[in-house]
Amino acid sequence: MTRRYRMMLFLVSAGCLGVLMAMAFLAMPGFGQKSHFYRDHAVAASVKHVTANVVESVTFDQRGLDTLGEEVILLVSVVGAAALLRPSKEEDEKRKLQPGRVLEGTRLMGYLMLAVTMLIGMDVVIHGHLTPGGGFQGGVILATGIHLVYLAGNYPALERLRPEHVFEVGEAVGAAAFAILAMAGMIVAGAFLANVIPQGDSSAFGHLLSAGTVPLLNVLVGLEVASSFIVLLAAFFKQALAIRGGASPQGTVDRGGDR
Amino acid sequence: MTGGGDVVIALALTLVALAGTTVIMTDAPERQAVTLSVFGVLLSLLFLVLQAPDVALSEIGVGAAIVPLLVMLTIRTMRGGR
Repeated sequence: MTRRYRMMLFLVSAGCLGVLMAMAFLAMPGFGQKSHFYRDHAVAASVKHVTANVVESVTFDQRGLDTLGEEVILLVSVVGAAALLRPSKEEDEKRKLQPGRVLEGTRLMGYLMLAVTMLIGMDVVIHGHLTPGGGFQGGVILATGIHLVYLAGNYPALERLRPEHVFEVGEAVGAAAFAILAMAGMIVAGAFLANVIPQGDSSAFGHLLSAGTVPLLNVLVGLEVASSFIVLLAAFFKQALAIRGGASPQGTVDRGGDR
Repeated sequence: MTGGGDVVIALALTLVALAGTTVIMTDAPERQAVTLSVFGVLLSLLFLVLQAPDVALSEIGVGAAIVPLLVMLTIRTMRGGR
């Protein structure tokens, strides 16, 4: 395929895509208009199941199957990435790392923010059915927050703080328990992912104990997402910091350097 | 829609467009990781303005923190004595 032919192919396809997108945009409902068919039904269904956060009601109750699918996608991608990134035979994993040299202020802020971020992450997971957030968002906050220990200059402490095998199990348990809860809906109520736990009456609206399976699924997704990202980042960190290829070990460029 | 809300949305959209262009125009991948992170923060601001705080939280975690971190670690692995 010559360069000229490739260019023509690209221009034709880009033109077709442009026309299709213009047609789609023109047929879309106006921006910020008053009538919302989907909202009217989703909010009613959400209130019926005593779930204050309508987005959560949609993602974990009304369309829980999509969330299960997304969770499996994340699980499979992390397993794939971890398999590709595992140390090969000629790579030396035993390199000992010393705590890096960072400014005292950076170290202090790192540990301070670690505590704050962990609290925020757990809060976002636990209150997912009440306020914006949920298992995915909270899980991501927890997984990134733990790496503040590395920013504070202490990679060895980070390795002790997140034993990989524990989070590999956490990842699997989170995903499996989600599927089991979904099957429980099938057995008890005859529908996959049916909200089989009592949601409480209207007086429970906005309280921690409401929305039935939604907060439970949130915690499971939080466990799965946090574990997945920790395992993924651990594989990347190991490749970047702890592994040296046998051939030509050069001096590493460490953060901080001489004061 | 009130006029004030429209102005805020237009402002957030403009910021996202500017930041996106900056990411593309940045040459070195390690600098791109930083501009990408700023882009992620501005994009989550846009989601917040458009009343989608759940999506904004996801974007700030994945787009502004995890993806730039993975890019940085990958660059370090590729350049570091191998």
